[in-house]
Order: sequence, then structure tokens, then C-alpha cells
Amino acid sequence: MATVTQTTEVAFVHQLLGRSDYAIISDLVEPNTKVLDLGCGEGELLAWLAAHKQVDGRGVEIDGTRVQRAIARGVSVYQGDIDHGLDDYPKLAFDYVILSQTLQEVRAPLSVLREMLRTGRHGIVAFPNFGHWSVRLAHLFTGGAPKTKLFPHDWYDSPNIHFLTVHDFETLAAAERWKVERRIFLHRNKQISAFPNLLAEVAVFMLTAA
Amino acid sequence: MVCETQIAQFASLSLDCGETLSAVDVAYETYGALNAARSNAILITHAFSGDAHAAGISKEDGRTGWWDNMIGPGKAFDTDKYFVLCANVLGGCKGTTGPASINPATACPYGMKFPPITIGDMVRSQKMLVEHLGIERLLCVSGGSMGAMQALEWAVAFPEATASVIPIAGTARHSAQQIAFNEVGRQAIMADLDWNAGDYYQGKPPARGLAVARMVGHITYMSDDSMREKFGRRRRDQDQFEVESYLRYRGSQFVDRFDANSYLYITRAMDYFDLTNGNGSLNRVFESVKARFLVISFTSDWLYPSYQSLEVVRALRGRNCDVAYCELPSNYGHDAFLVDVGEQTELVRGFLGSTFGSPRSVAELVQRGN
Repeated sequence: MATVTQTTEVAFVHQLLGRSDYAIISDLVEPNTKVLDLGCGEGELLAWLAAHKQVDGRGVEIDGTRVQRAIARGVSVYQGDIDHGLDDYPKLAFDYVILSQTLQEVRAPLSVLREMLRTGRHGIVAFPNFGHWSVRLAHLFTGGAPKTKLFPHDWYDSPNIHFLTVHDFETLAAAERWKVERRIFLHRNKQISAFPNLLAEVAVFMLTAA
Repeated sequence: MVCETQIAQFASLSLDCGETLSAVDVAYETYGALNAARSNAILITHAFSGDAHAAGISKEDGRTGWWDNMIGPGKAFDTDKYFVLCANVLGGCKGTTGPASINPATACPYGMKFPPITIGDMVRSQKMLVEHLGIERLLCVSGGSMGAMQALEWAVAFPEATASVIPIAGTARHSAQQIAFNEVGRQAIMADLDWNAGDYYQGKPPARGLAVARMVGHITYMSDDSMREKFGRRRRDQDQFEVESYLRYRGSQFVDRFDANSYLYITRAMDYFDLTNGNGSLNRVFESVKARFLVISFTSDWLYPSYQSLEVVRALRGRNCDVAYCELPSNYGHDAFLVDVGEQTELVRGFLGSTFGSPRSVAELVQRGN
């Protein structure tokens, strides 16, 4: 496995995990580092990072069945919620703290983000962009809460309790004086650069507390 | 798998109380084979009333080991891969030196002259055994209940001597409730006239007191759900509920296999156990810890509730130690770690596999992911 090239690895991650943000994240993470994945699910990303980048990975996940599957896979996962998941860790315990597609689901996003940058040298955040044109159109034409491919839920059964856009995140990062080290915008698994707030389905930010 | 308990003999053991115990026997069993690198050894630490016979069929009496559903070929502690050993605890009555053993100084059973022992003493006796077997570093120490206390003690007392620990349904120190139940058991034994201040080895053992103590124990090992399911209000006969009959049976059965003085000594050791040595800070205790941890608790365990496991887990996280934690759903109460082992097996297998350094193949990963 160590002989395959970087590009094939990323392609493989995508194929393996079926999530474009995972592909980007696995690319951002340097080998032989310490990684915490918040809302790690069944530990797919951490298992892959451990096998291919020799990272020392930990996870936090609330769902008991997923925790069981992750531990059965050999990943060190802690069953608990993200809002309080970082309290115990010392400062800069990790090289990377990852929050993938979960920011919109946590109760207190700002405190989670601050905690990520307290415990991690780098924070990697991926979230669905509520500013995407399809969401705007859905709202404009139906007059109801947007229901799209990215946000497929009805308002009453959605896990998403905060709706944020690329623009919102940039504003917050500036206000908090976080340094944005990388920003990657995805549309249908392809990277884009123009009009991200309108065109990006998923945004991935790598931050550090400057 | 037919197994035989063996005895290792040691000249002496220094105890936490300051005394030295001479001529110490440690009864143990082993399963599977030690590899050439001596890197696949797992020590199983037993709970309060357990013994060295953890798996297989006893050559002596045909009994099945107390954790046979977890230890064996293809099981959680896979004896095709690992060398598994289990020893009777110090102070016990199943081959390891305890209050019923002969005191070499007097040629009589120790009885209450047996020195007070601690979980730390138990662990040091296990360390002697492990060294005696030529094992420098264990792959894992694992056990449930009092076995979990020993596993934690191992990680703290001998940080270099084990790569990982799996404490299940355990605690870093007993709560008032746990001490209270143990005290009821002790009082039941000591209130039995046959106890005779611990000097009963020539006569009748305090069978009634020991049986009552065990009955209380069994109540705490179950849950309201599991008792309702198992017994409800069903009657055995005109004047006996099923649950009464069950507890009496368990009590009387226990008398045949357990020594009342061991009950007193071991429950004391559990009650006095405090991983923090009284200073209160688990965080400080874990400073030197090197092992990986898998901590498991069960939803319906009210004797060793999840908050006690979580206390350990949170302190380990505070030290940035490698710790996995899961609260498994089960209706079986504290007994879950012995009887409800399906999910526990998956956790232990995966954790041991990754500790042993056999990362699962990517193909398997893909398969499991889908």
C-alpha cells in the first residue's frame, strides 16, 4: 500500500468512503501525526489514515452502534457528544482536530470550534454550504424550508440545527482572528474556486489559532 | 479444551501492609501458545469469586471456565493467536495462598491471622507469575469488576509491563454503595456463630452467613429488568417464589466452593482499593501510564455504573492517553460482562488486533465499511 501514488490514494479514499470531504481531508493530513476526528462515525477515515498515513488517531462519536463498529475496526473511539467531547484534552494534544459535516449539528458551534483550536494545532472543518444556489432557489420558489440534495430533510426531522454559508464561516474566522491555512470548495466532488458561496456544495477549511 | 490448574511457588511476597508473606502459591491456567517473541501474552484478571479456571473444561471436575465464552479458539481472546493466562488472586481459596492456607509459622490455617491484602498485592503476585513464565511485557491485561481494578492497577504500577488494558464494568475506587453491599455480606458471615472469629477450619464453616452474603451479591449483579424477565412473580411451589429459590440455590452452591474468610479479605481489598491512593486525582495517577485502554461499561449495571468507567476514561483523556470507551446496551446488569458477550467480543477482538499490530487489511475494511 505504501507504494501507491498520492493521487491513487485520494481516488481510493473517495471510492472507499464515498465522501468528497474525506478525500480532501485525507490529503490535508500529514503522515505520522496525531489526529482527533469529532463525530467519527464508524471510524472509516481514522482507519484509513492509520493504515496509509500512520497517524495516531482518536475519535469521538455519540452513536453507540457506530462506536462499537469503530472499536471493532481497531480505532480508539470515545462514546460521547462533541459539545463536551474536548473538555478533558490538554492544550494542543493533537496535530489535527477534524470536524467533518457535523458543525451544523452541534449545539454550540463556536465553542466547539474554539475547543478544536485549543486542542489541535490545526482544525479541519467541512460543512455543507447553505448558501449554495440550489438551496437559495428552493427557498425562493417553495417559500418553505429548503429541501435539496444537500439538505434532504424536512424541517422537523433534520439533524441540522444551524445553517451556515461559506460567507458566514469566513466572517466568523475573521472575527475570531483564526488563520485560514487552506480553503477548499467542492461541487460534485470537483474543486472549484469561483463564487464559492454560490457554487460550493461542501466547504473544507483548515484553520489555526493565530 | 481440557485444562489443568498449575501452581507456581514463590519464596515470599512483600505486602502493602508492611508484612511479608512467605511460601506463596499462585494457582494459574494457560491457554494457547506463547510465540517466539513472547509478545502475545494476555493476563486475565478475575472478579471477586472467580478463579484461575477461566476457560475450557477442568480436568479435575469437568467444570467449564468462568469466561469460556470469551477465551478460546476464534473467540474474543483468541487462543489461536494469543497466549492467555489467568491466576487465582492472592487471598483467594482456589489454589493461591489465602486465609485457608497453612501458615508455615504455625502449621495451622491462617484464618484471621492472614495479613490484610490489597488489589496492589494481588497484582504484584501476578507480576511474579508473569516473570516466572518468562514474559517481560504483556500484550494486555483484562478483566471485569474486581478484574478491572486489577487491570487498572497493572497499568499504573507497571507501566512498561503491558501494552494495553481492558477494564470492563469496573472502577478506580468503590463508592459508598459498593462498600455498603460488601459490608452487609461481611456482617452476615461474622454474625454466623460457626464463623468463630475465622477459626472454623477444624469444624463447620459459616455456611448460612456465607450463603446470605452470596444472595445479596447476586441481587447486585442482576438488574430489575433481568430479574423481572428471569423470575417475575412466578412461584416454584406453594410457599416459594422462583427468585427466592434461585438465590437460595446460588447461596448454598457458593458455600461448597468458597471460603468465608476469603470473602472477608477480598471484599476488604476491593473496598480499600483507590487507584489515586487517597490523593483524589486520577489525572496525576495516570501521568506515567503508557498502555492503550479499552474501557467498557454496561447500561443496566447499577453496581458498577458507567459514571465510574467514565471517570477513568476522562482522566486518561486528560493525559492524552490512547483510550477507547463504549457503554454497551444490556439488560443483564453487572453480570453482562460474563453473559452478554456478543458486542463485547467484537470490541475486544478489534482492539487486541490493532494493539497486536495486525492492522486489518484494506479489503476487509472496505467490506466492513459497506
